[in-house]
Amino acid sequence: MLRLLTNWLKNAIFAIQEYVQLQAATIRGVFSRPFYFHDVIEQLDSIGLGSLTVVLLTGFFTGAVLALQSGVTLDQFGARPFVGRLVSASMIKELGPVLTGLMLAGRIGSGIAAELGSMVVTDQINALRALGTDPVRKLVVPRVLAGFLMTPVLTVIADTVGILGGWIVAVYQLRVASSLYWQSITEALYINDAWMGIIKPFILGYVIVTIGCYVGLNTKGGTQGVGRATTNAVVAASVAVIAVDYFVTRLLFTLLY
Amino acid sequence: MATIAIRDAHVPEPPSTPDRAVVVFQHVSLSFDEKVVLRDVSFTLLPGHTKIILGASGSGKSTILKLILGLLKPDAGEIWVHGSRIDRMGEDQLMAIRRHLGMVFQEGALFDSLTVAENVGYKLYEETNEPLEDVRQRVEQVLGFVRLGDQIDKRPSELSGGQRRRVAIARAMAYKPPTLLYDEATTGLDPITATTIDEEMVKLRDVENVSSIIVTHQLRDAFFVATHEAVRHGDQIAITPADQDKSDQAEFIMLRDGLITFEGNAAELRASTDPYIRSFLS
Repeated sequence: MLRLLTNWLKNAIFAIQEYVQLQAATIRGVFSRPFYFHDVIEQLDSIGLGSLTVVLLTGFFTGAVLALQSGVTLDQFGARPFVGRLVSASMIKELGPVLTGLMLAGRIGSGIAAELGSMVVTDQINALRALGTDPVRKLVVPRVLAGFLMTPVLTVIADTVGILGGWIVAVYQLRVASSLYWQSITEALYINDAWMGIIKPFILGYVIVTIGCYVGLNTKGGTQGVGRATTNAVVAASVAVIAVDYFVTRLLFTLLY
Repeated sequence: MATIAIRDAHVPEPPSTPDRAVVVFQHVSLSFDEKVVLRDVSFTLLPGHTKIILGASGSGKSTILKLILGLLKPDAGEIWVHGSRIDRMGEDQLMAIRRHLGMVFQEGALFDSLTVAENVGYKLYEETNEPLEDVRQRVEQVLGFVRLGDQIDKRPSELSGGQRRRVAIARAMAYKPPTLLYDEATTGLDPITATTIDEEMVKLRDVENVSSIIVTHQLRDAFFVATHEAVRHGDQIAITPADQDKSDQAEFIMLRDGLITFEGNAAELRASTDPYIRSFLS
């Protein structure tokens, strides 16, 4: 039992060490040559544009259901017109970044792990190295940059369509006046909320993609291993999104408020 | 058939060594967990020579190629490639060494997301400043060389197993490295195509002085490369049976459980009375 625990601890520490090393190599790759610019553009398109549909749908329905649920609750206090406040505050500060993060963990975390995992088990990563290309610079750096830059953009889009979804429910189902909805949204928004809503996605995007890359590049065991890596990447990235969100929120509360 | 000029400006000359050896293994050992893969392996590859590594599956043949490329590190011993000791090098330093090495991987290891042309020209497109037109011309040239000129815009998934292997060979040749490593290059190819590849290996070695290490199960191909030579007659290159000196430049290594059990030329291998070698050859 003790041996099992020791082995587990050793493996965990080794994994953390390798993950940190990958991040160090990635950061070095961002600021030094060679830099594969066209791969960055390709990944911006794949991660950003490719995730747009899922983020639009998630954001819209989250905002809509938020308005519906909070409208019912607010009714008990006769505060239905304030539904916009709840929608905007929840979407921008918390739900927008976290749900976008979770969607991206499912979509790009798994995709990256599967793609890099397949490349590992078919010797394509070794072929890259044999051809004089550093896989971290070629594969990891573009994905990390794209995840880091596109997650905030996607979050803002999710926030926007979420508020729009909330507006549709507020106006057509809850019968709140449109002007009242928009007024309560702007009244409840503070600049620090916007900062919180925009800083968090940068960190979440970075975490999701680095986890996907790390898990993918450490794939072992053929096609079965690729499947395992994909699942592990989604689970680890999803848990990381929730956990990192908590710690970053605490930090930002200390710094901003 | 047209041949390809191997020396070109974009590949720097490998550094010279005191004994001019291309690859030197000195008492190299490697284990994965409890399993010993290589034990005290030593050999030397000279410029323009060929090493043919034979052995059963799991005997450590492919591992030797990965060690030469620096994709794996030995537990003990020294590995020298083109005059540089590589077993202690970091990844950045190894990149410079790998410019002198071309590798044909066991299953091709083609990049699925790229076309055949992009695969073959990968290094020239990504890692050099060659004009795109020149790269395209070179890609067409090497694809013609392996008779896949008509597949240039296809994806690897659209090719047969044999075609994928030939694209892998074209990719390894494209940037004209002075040393080529073949990991089961002819396995899975029909005899006619395999002979074509064998001839290319011979031509590259004899006409362009490319050193090579060939890992194979295919005895027919191994003996073909060892016992033939390429001779230039004007613009034409003919493949003829090799004389004794040329045959001696192709040396066989037989691996068994990570140990070298035989080292010698084709005639010595055929004459061996070792029961394991006899059973392997039969």
